[in-house]
Amino acid sequence: MPAPQTPEAPASTGRVVLDAGDISRALIRISHEILERNKGAEDLLLLGLHTRGVPLARRLAANIADVEGTTVATGELDVTMYRDDLRSNPTRAPHRTQVPAGGIDGKTVVLVDDVLYSGRTIRAALDALSDLGRPAVVRLAVLVDRGHRELPIRADHVGKNLPTARSERVSLRLVETDGEDEVRIK
Amino acid sequence: MNKHLLSIDDLTTDDIEQVFTTAAEMHDVQRREVKKLPALRGRTVINLFFEDSTRTRSSFEIAGKWLSADVINLSAKGSSASKGESLRDTVLTVTAMGIDGLVVRHGASGAAEQISRWIDVPVINAGDGTHEHPTQALLDGYTLTRRLGTLEGKHVAIVGDLTHSRVFRSNVKSLTKLGATVTAVAPPTLMPSGVTAWSEAAGFATSYDLDEVLPQADAVMMLRVQRERMSGGFFPTAREYTVGYGLTRDRLAGLKPGTPILHPGPMNRGLEISADAADAIDSVVLDQVSAGVAVRMSVLYHLLAGEETSA
Repeated sequence: MPAPQTPEAPASTGRVVLDAGDISRALIRISHEILERNKGAEDLLLLGLHTRGVPLARRLAANIADVEGTTVATGELDVTMYRDDLRSNPTRAPHRTQVPAGGIDGKTVVLVDDVLYSGRTIRAALDALSDLGRPAVVRLAVLVDRGHRELPIRADHVGKNLPTARSERVSLRLVETDGEDEVRIK
Repeated sequence: MNKHLLSIDDLTTDDIEQVFTTAAEMHDVQRREVKKLPALRGRTVINLFFEDSTRTRSSFEIAGKWLSADVINLSAKGSSASKGESLRDTVLTVTAMGIDGLVVRHGASGAAEQISRWIDVPVINAGDGTHEHPTQALLDGYTLTRRLGTLEGKHVAIVGDLTHSRVFRSNVKSLTKLGATVTAVAPPTLMPSGVTAWSEAAGFATSYDLDEVLPQADAVMMLRVQRERMSGGFFPTAREYTVGYGLTRDRLAGLKPGTPILHPGPMNRGLEISADAADAIDSVVLDQVSAGVAVRMSVLYHLLAGEETSA
């Protein structure tokens, strides 16, 4: 599966399409959209997909807490074992999968990821979710949608639609993982 | 990681840590309602056991099944091996059925390595004679790491029938790789021959005096007295062994508080380990069993799930 991002690539190449301010504004907007769609923060669980979806989910939760004054549950989901390309890549140790003690049954789960591309990661995430329980609703929030879907999957909340060529690479860096907030296209 | 897991020598310290990291995630799966991951869907693993072992075999079986592999158990008893077929023919026949991995337990040291030369699929050594039992050592190391945080600078006493113990051999290698200091304690008759040269090369200490070692230990691993492997008398009476080398109630009281007690099982209660020690609050014997499934899931995943290697 093509890699949607290249975290190790040098930051200076390519063109900046979202800077720190853009990212912050996009996340605030998504937070409001989530609240509006859910009619509040009740039964809401923001589940970040490793690696960069996890800090994004936490930021969204912090935004929602600012607006609503309530804490929203967050979790982490690793989909390594559920990928359909396991056999064509070297194995790697999976990250932590962590859901709040109450589980996901009956919750409105918002999957949070950085870049939506082929849709295969989200398919794997949906499989992983079904092994964890049965949410009432599953929605998808992504910071960047770069198109080129290979599966019938679309996001409910998008920070920025970014038309790209397949040959281009979208590099997303976050303060928590890379020391700065930035989306570049190369 | 290497293609096969025949010995702890096949693993670097990084490999071991990667196995532990994955095992921690697998451990979480054991607490779920649906204990199933699709990582090995469509893959077939055969557990080929030439020696009886309910514990290791079922642990590998559960591990494979929770990763969605098709697992088949073959035991030598009642199979063609008991009708005089050679090891090579048995293994080649089994492999010709189109399997993706072979877990082997055999009474002869080196059997797993020999088998790995005959076939193309990954071979996992589930115990070969008195040579090695790498997954047991990994689960012991994993259990200890979870208890103690790190093994760096920790002192582990391995006590008992060292001569016949593959668990000891594998554990010395893995624990020292993880930074622990190991002292091997046994009566002179159960200390492996040539242990002096080996302990110098491998960097572990030996002792005949359990009472001297125990108070300094951060963890104690009691080994089973393997009477079935003993051809002669290695100690005069069971009572005498217990007095000299058993983890008795008195010795238990002399341990540092919180010292984990390990035993690979099955335990001879009253011989090498007292019931008090086996059931003590710091006994991690059942943790080892549950870690066994997680570690074997991790090993199966790393050896079988990844990139298809050209055979």
